[in-house]
Amino acid sequence: MSNAQNPAVTAGLAHADPDQAKKVRAGSGRSRAGQVNGMSRGQNILRYVVLFIGAVLFLFPFYYMVIGSLQTTPDPTIAGAFPNPANITGQNYVDINSRINLLQGLVNSGIFAGGVILCTVVFGVLVGYALAQLEWRGRGVTFGLMLLVQVIPFQLLMIPLYVMIARDYGLADTYAGMILPFAINSTAVLVFRQYFLQVPKALFDAARIDGAGELKILWSIALPLVRPALLTVVLLTFIGPWNEFLWPFLITKETSLQPLAVSLANYLTNIAGTAANPIGAVLAGACVLAAPMVILFIIFQRHFVSSDIGSGVKG
Amino acid sequence: MSSTVSSGSVTPSPAARPAKPGGGGPRRGRRRPRRGRNPLGLLLSAPYLLFVLLVFAYPLVFAFYMAFHDYFFAAPGAVVDRPFVGLANFQQVLTDPAVIRSFGNVGIFLLINVPLTVVLSLVLATALNKIVRARTFLRVSFYVPYVTASVAVVVVWLFLFNSNGLVNQILGPLAPDPTWLINPLLAMPTIAIFVTWKQMGFFILLYLAALQNVSDELYEAAATDGAGKIRMFFSITVPGVRPATVLVLLLATVTGANLFTEPYLLTGGGGPNGASSSPVLIMYQRGIEQGEPGIAAAIGVILVIGVLILAFIQRKLAGGDES
Repeated sequence: MSNAQNPAVTAGLAHADPDQAKKVRAGSGRSRAGQVNGMSRGQNILRYVVLFIGAVLFLFPFYYMVIGSLQTTPDPTIAGAFPNPANITGQNYVDINSRINLLQGLVNSGIFAGGVILCTVVFGVLVGYALAQLEWRGRGVTFGLMLLVQVIPFQLLMIPLYVMIARDYGLADTYAGMILPFAINSTAVLVFRQYFLQVPKALFDAARIDGAGELKILWSIALPLVRPALLTVVLLTFIGPWNEFLWPFLITKETSLQPLAVSLANYLTNIAGTAANPIGAVLAGACVLAAPMVILFIIFQRHFVSSDIGSGVKG
Repeated sequence: MSSTVSSGSVTPSPAARPAKPGGGGPRRGRRRPRRGRNPLGLLLSAPYLLFVLLVFAYPLVFAFYMAFHDYFFAAPGAVVDRPFVGLANFQQVLTDPAVIRSFGNVGIFLLINVPLTVVLSLVLATALNKIVRARTFLRVSFYVPYVTASVAVVVVWLFLFNSNGLVNQILGPLAPDPTWLINPLLAMPTIAIFVTWKQMGFFILLYLAALQNVSDELYEAAATDGAGKIRMFFSITVPGVRPATVLVLLLATVTGANLFTEPYLLTGGGGPNGASSSPVLIMYQRGIEQGEPGIAAAIGVILVIGVLILAFIQRKLAGGDES
């Protein structure tokens, strides 16, 4: 769609612009030719070159993670960046699994993230609907609070939350203690509100005239209409707790309850030296931690649409 | 709590069509549909409001309370005297060279991370916005670090930036000694680059969204007037995405102030010799490891005030209110 403007842009390039030619010269010699087609093609190629170099820089560490996790002995040389059949083993995965229970870690991460998603979706839909479609005393205040909450940095709350949850409520080493500070994701609520705002009011008015209650309207009309938002919100919300380190690290000392990110980090800082190939073992653990999120993201990547998140952020 | 009740009352008729009459609850607002107040809204929002009260409002007040008191951990339920100490915690914090160092480190971090983030993510988003081929592949590759756990990618960076790691192997004689993460001068910049790389995908996403709001007509008009692409970028794109830039500046600053995982894991707890420590790391060490939550809370308060001041300055400089 944005492509529609290309002819116009190309036409614009036909005019000699010394300033621009100077800046473009560095990247693409062709553009100096000054021909309309050659120039735009040169720039297009330049754009792809920049993007692909960027993509390699962004992806390489992941490739290297997998390669490193499969090496019998760590090979940090340049040749080690390529798969070497003589140096491939699955032993690192066995090693790391014997030190930290990978499956248990994944399950714990899953329960943590799942709890957050459940609370966010259930309560987020309710408050999102109330904010978008109902008029009630305190609506403005609630919306203001929601925006305010997003700018309160977690680090300020970290110590008091730790005192409250771990000491006063005795929720240290429980899933509830892990989930509580993240239970309702305010960004997700904003996304829900945005979606409910986009549903034409007439639809709801019609239902009201027919005598439907608000809850019935929410359940039978609003919810089905925002189903696409649900997936986006679930994915967005999933990233946070799955990758969260600091809070579960503070609240769980019991290894059997730790999410994988925490147990892997503890392994890295405390006992990595005890494995035969410590780097390989840690990289294997890193692969296991990264894989579910990366796979989910690739499968559902088209739901990470910029406009969804943009609308959520802009309120 | 109340919402479990309300959602429960919905379940009996999930498939009910709204056209069915008789389903209407007590709706006082119908007589005055414009101004009609719907108390149900408050009920539906109650769980969220309770959550905000419990997890944000109360701890916020508690944080300030701690910062001004000689707070210490006691057995749950024990009544102990925690005297008001005024600014003593702040005085102790502000005269502690380790704390000063950590704030300086965040300064270094922000000086590297924020400009890099803004420039690179805007350039990459602009480039991504116009392409047709391989769009999905490129988008996905930029977002992948963002969606991956820090802990997982930190491990790879440790491997890459080892003294005999791949980066130094490629650099050969140019490799710094001592190597990146144990070099007092390079530890913080390396962390800053790591975080830039890690977070870039999110900011590209924000800019991509903002670019959709920049009207194509502006570019067409500029093209008619003979503006080149570079000129268009600076005269149309950059001002066009200014609200997003304000947001990106703010979020990048907050991310920097929140720094914990990277110094904790990449440099083994802020090493070498505190050269990569961060305020949150010190808060963890003082508040929880050494049992001085009052000190940690005071650091937190100072940090937040610092972020607010920075955000205010950025807002003034970058100008423009959000749409």
